Amino acid sequence: MGTESLPTAQGIEAGIDRTPASTRTGTYLELVHSWIVTVDHKRLGILYICYALVFLLVAGFEAMLIRVQLFFPHNDFISPFTFNRLFTMHGTTMVFLVGMPILFGFGNYLVPLMIGARDMAFPRLNAFSFWISAFAGLLLYYSFIGGVGLAGTGSAPDVAWFAYAPLTERAFSPGHTVDYWAVALLASGIGSIGTAINFLATVFCMRCKGMTLFRMPLLPWLYATVSFLVLVAVSPLTACQAMLLIDRYLGGHFFDTQAGGSAILWAHFFWIFGHPEVYVLVLPAFAFANEIIPVFSRKAIFGYPAMVAASVGIAFISLSVWAHHMFTIGMTSFGNAFFTLSTMLVSIPTGIKTFNWLATIWGGKVRFATPMLFSIAFLFQWVIAGLTGIMLSISPWNWQTHNSYFVVAHFHYVLVGAIVFMIFAAIYYWYPKMTGRMLDERLGKWHFWLMVIGFHVTFDTMHIPGLLGMPRQIFTYEPDRGWTLLNQIVSVGGFIQAIAVLILVYNLVHSYFRGAEAGPDPWDAWTLEWSTSSPPPAYNFPVEPVVASRRPLWDLKHPEDPDSAFE
Amino acid sequence: MATVPLEHVTHEGEWKMPSRGVVAMASLITAEASIFTIFVVAYLYYLGRDVSGPFPKDVLEIPYFGTVCLLSSSGFIMLAERAIEHGRMFAFRLWWMVTILLGAIFLVDTGMEWYKLIVHDHLTVHTNLFGTTFYSLVGLHASHVVVGLLMMTVTMGFALTGKLRAEHAERVKVLALYWHFVDAVWVVVFTVVYVVGK
Repeated sequence: MGTESLPTAQGIEAGIDRTPASTRTGTYLELVHSWIVTVDHKRLGILYICYALVFLLVAGFEAMLIRVQLFFPHNDFISPFTFNRLFTMHGTTMVFLVGMPILFGFGNYLVPLMIGARDMAFPRLNAFSFWISAFAGLLLYYSFIGGVGLAGTGSAPDVAWFAYAPLTERAFSPGHTVDYWAVALLASGIGSIGTAINFLATVFCMRCKGMTLFRMPLLPWLYATVSFLVLVAVSPLTACQAMLLIDRYLGGHFFDTQAGGSAILWAHFFWIFGHPEVYVLVLPAFAFANEIIPVFSRKAIFGYPAMVAASVGIAFISLSVWAHHMFTIGMTSFGNAFFTLSTMLVSIPTGIKTFNWLATIWGGKVRFATPMLFSIAFLFQWVIAGLTGIMLSISPWNWQTHNSYFVVAHFHYVLVGAIVFMIFAAIYYWYPKMTGRMLDERLGKWHFWLMVIGFHVTFDTMHIPGLLGMPRQIFTYEPDRGWTLLNQIVSVGGFIQAIAVLILVYNLVHSYFRGAEAGPDPWDAWTLEWSTSSPPPAYNFPVEPVVASRRPLWDLKHPEDPDSAFE
Repeated sequence: MATVPLEHVTHEGEWKMPSRGVVAMASLITAEASIFTIFVVAYLYYLGRDVSGPFPKDVLEIPYFGTVCLLSSSGFIMLAERAIEHGRMFAFRLWWMVTILLGAIFLVDTGMEWYKLIVHDHLTVHTNLFGTTFYSLVGLHASHVVVGLLMMTVTMGFALTGKLRAEHAERVKVLALYWHFVDAVWVVVFTVVYVVGK
């Protein structure tokens, strides 16, 4: 879709700095240097996103290798040892080097723009957080070369992304692969905590004049919530990586079962991080939906205060559900009942959100541009992911399906069906702001439909081998189990998704040079980032904005009927 | 530059935001508190599970002197905060120096305790679960004391060279918040290790 098919924005041209940019083009070296030393939140946001997209391709490639291996029973495409490394690296990469960075990237880019600030509260801390996260990614992948060290051939961590003790102890994981894993997560955790502190300080202290907390767009609200979750949930991960390193390097016994250490304690500590982590990833996805769905439905978001309350509620409830990952470890019946009920409780605030999105679309004048298509698919898939989540929260059911492909299908439904779909929506929605060019809509439609089809072929089917008893993390299976055809369907769907992602990559590069000019406000939106030019100047706003309602651009475009009149 | 501000009529009076230093330090303290919680839980979880000594009740001595020094330093740093708020730079330098000294005494006290435990009682991280959890928890706190002392020493350097002035009172307050947190954590660690655990 070009810009011409959309209504032209009135009035916002006024707030744009028309001073011609400096015409001098620097050398290539100067350009690279300026990106490395930058403290601009927009550039750091783009760096985060590009870094995450690179790792998305890497981890996606790992997933494809896994799916090739599982295409036939008794396949020997890759060795069992390589298979263990691949699923470990796939999981760790997707969570720490794709999910968190891309969401922090969008947050970095959007939060200051949406609250009318000229940068984050601590620009240099912001740069530090990015570079230490980038270092963590390189460190993790360096293990492919340096993992064994003196022994010669390289290898990667092979302990699964949750790295249960005591497998990670010196006795069972000699060499350095686990050290790379632990240090990389420690470094990425420091980066995440730094970014979270920055977001909180930005949201609470940098809002422009008139932007009260309840006039903020929902995206900054959700990023503040996520940041709180990062502070209280990623820190335990940092702590238990420190414990693991004390065990491995100083001969400690935290998780050393041979000297009285406890394997269960690691499981508790890891999931105290691990479950809130899901919400650290999904709340930004909700945040994108909160911005995109209203704009493409041409209605203000339904139930703003309920949305805020539900988000904060999810954050708090998510802190008390971790042991639903551990039902099969064995708990008291009180423990089982508690974690079953607390997990089910999550469905109340998430249900509120889902109905609010539906109510926003209801009666709206819906425009089916690519961001909206991804958002609608997200709504359906998120509900299904929630339903299998409720099934898994029931401890007796969980005992039957634990560590089966049913669980794998469930969490991929959340991570891909909800989070990745909303990340794609966000890319299509904000790419024009970041680059000044529209993404190609025809390629976008191809990307969307291939992604939806591939997603459902893979992950709908994947529930069935799980119910038939196929455990996760096995490198092959027997031909007489009846899993062969199902696994082949799952693999084919995976390849379709891979093609869809490659179309996105092509679109990103192609549109950067050939895309239609976006202009400041291609979607006729209402939040402050659209009031400045695309891409925005380094200082964001030539004149610091002053707002009087939740939709400052609506007020500007419709002076006869401003939102501020109804506050 | 022909620009018109994106402006609306507002009925608010003066637009005032909270201090970002304070918000950031509060956030950092939240994160640090979670880290300490995990270490405290591990300490309590492994308490009394050792089959071979040394055990806490045999080797631990309550560090009264260091504790009094560290906790009283919180009071002196408050005096320093108040002094710089009112521009009394001499008093600030005095109280700030006292705070640093008290923190350093605490650190020396911990060092002497560790020396005794390692050399005389042969308790190391490797010895048993008590050794692992004790050195980790107390060491984590001590490392926070070290960081605090380093930052306060740098501040002292600025104060002595006249670079630190009354208008920097808020930054001093942010650093003091961190120090209060380090002291508050010691109350928890002390209770867990030397009262409950002994």
